[in-house]
Amino acid sequence: MKKHRRHNLIFGCCLTGLLLLLVLVGSIWTPYDPEAMDPLAKLQAPGLAHPLGTDNFGRDIFSRVLDGAGTTLLIALASVAAGMVLGVLIGALTGWYGGWLDEVLMRVGDVITAFPSILLALVLISLLGSGTYNIILALSLLFIPSFARVVRSEFARQKALDYVCNARLMGVRPLRIMLVHILPNVFPVLLSAAAIGFNNAVLAEAAMSYVGIGVLLPDSSLGRMLSESQTYFTSAPWYALSCGLTIVLLILGVSLISDGLGERDYA
Amino acid sequence: MLDIEDLRVSFIDREDTGEVVHGISLHMDPGERLGLVGESGSGKSVTALTVAGLLKRSRSTVSGRVLFQGRDLLQCPRDELRKIQGREIGMVFQEPMTSLDPLMRVGRQVEEVLRIHTQLPAAQRRRQALEMLERVGLPEPTVCYEKYPHQLSGGQRQRAMIAAALIGHPALLLADEPTTALDVTVQAQILELLKALNRDMGVGILFISHDLNVVRKLCTRVAVMHNGYIVETGPTEDVFRQPKEEYTRQLIAAIPTREKRKR
Repeated sequence: MKKHRRHNLIFGCCLTGLLLLLVLVGSIWTPYDPEAMDPLAKLQAPGLAHPLGTDNFGRDIFSRVLDGAGTTLLIALASVAAGMVLGVLIGALTGWYGGWLDEVLMRVGDVITAFPSILLALVLISLLGSGTYNIILALSLLFIPSFARVVRSEFARQKALDYVCNARLMGVRPLRIMLVHILPNVFPVLLSAAAIGFNNAVLAEAAMSYVGIGVLLPDSSLGRMLSESQTYFTSAPWYALSCGLTIVLLILGVSLISDGLGERDYA
Repeated sequence: MLDIEDLRVSFIDREDTGEVVHGISLHMDPGERLGLVGESGSGKSVTALTVAGLLKRSRSTVSGRVLFQGRDLLQCPRDELRKIQGREIGMVFQEPMTSLDPLMRVGRQVEEVLRIHTQLPAAQRRRQALEMLERVGLPEPTVCYEKYPHQLSGGQRQRAMIAAALIGHPALLLADEPTTALDVTVQAQILELLKALNRDMGVGILFISHDLNVVRKLCTRVAVMHNGYIVETGPTEDVFRQPKEEYTRQLIAAIPTREKRKR
């Protein structure tokens, strides 16, 4: 049983690591210029020259996937990081102090979560304008409440524990208790929340770019490519498949990691 | 050293405000081992928490005076309170599982008071922590220092807690049912340890327990609490031999003994 659990973690780490490595390499070097068109090699099936084939402009899909995955990853990581930092801050304050601060901030969070996230993202994007950085901004805003909630409940739980009382009695200042004592204990939960957030961000980016409010030209992203590829789904299925499967693998890898970590934590 | 005068504590719980401690007075000499006994809900823990300043000020109202070394803790500004409490009052809790930070090495937790209240260099803090760990009878202090709480047994954790509470050489140790979660053998060892530390370091111990046998073993004087009142105080043996109050008599009668079991 224990071995099985480790498999999840190891496989997830390998998969995510491999994808990260590919994207990292892709940001420096790709087999072809992702934007270079070749009218003579339109919609070619995967082969030796183009491992994942070419698209309707004769661009190398492998290079484009690496490039697009880079954008998607950037959006996902940046929005999760920003959402997490602010969420932890708000969660820590509300969980620790409680009272009206807690009520006000959590109700604001409720309002944000009450909207379907895609709808809210749509509204935000139409206010801010689309583009990579605006997506990051909109997504991080959406992520704050979920992180804040998780952190708040953990802080509220931990602050009643004796070791926190003891630290208070020892005269430890609240800031130090929060940072040095409670935060490390919240970390496992936070990690799971981050993994879920990452997956949501990847999906949200894909969905937003798919409906055309996401990444702007000349940037490419997996979602954008997916939407471009659907016209050629019958003539060049490898186009859509490469983008779709990359998204699936990204999410699978991170899910397996969080699964593996979670199971070990609560075992 | 500790003088509690007409202490009243009530909790503000949205609708009903309930007073749980109804004006108790208690006196404790330096280096004394005082037992505070009573059933669950009698207000003994609340009294300890008040002395420790751990009651939430927004959720409770406290009146009366808690004089500690001549200063009223209830009137102290927070910053000053922090200084007094960290150095002069230590506390040991009931549940050794939750009273240590699970993700901090034992040694670092024992040092925490020194880190906050003194300017001692790290090496010296470590030395004092090791000394303290040895003093509370933990085997191989250098090994224990590096361990995490979950690697220690319940009794060992309680010893580590005592080490952390006493490293600043406080004048008062609040022990809130520190032996309740332990089995009887370990309980006896911890009681011996507390006695020895009381003798060697001169720390006064306010020992809170519902277990009269334990209190009888450890304390020189005892105060009996019931429904938020102190019903009886006196030297332990006197109270046990000739309880003046009906409630105390009932409490003592409730102690399981070998004779009763035979019957």
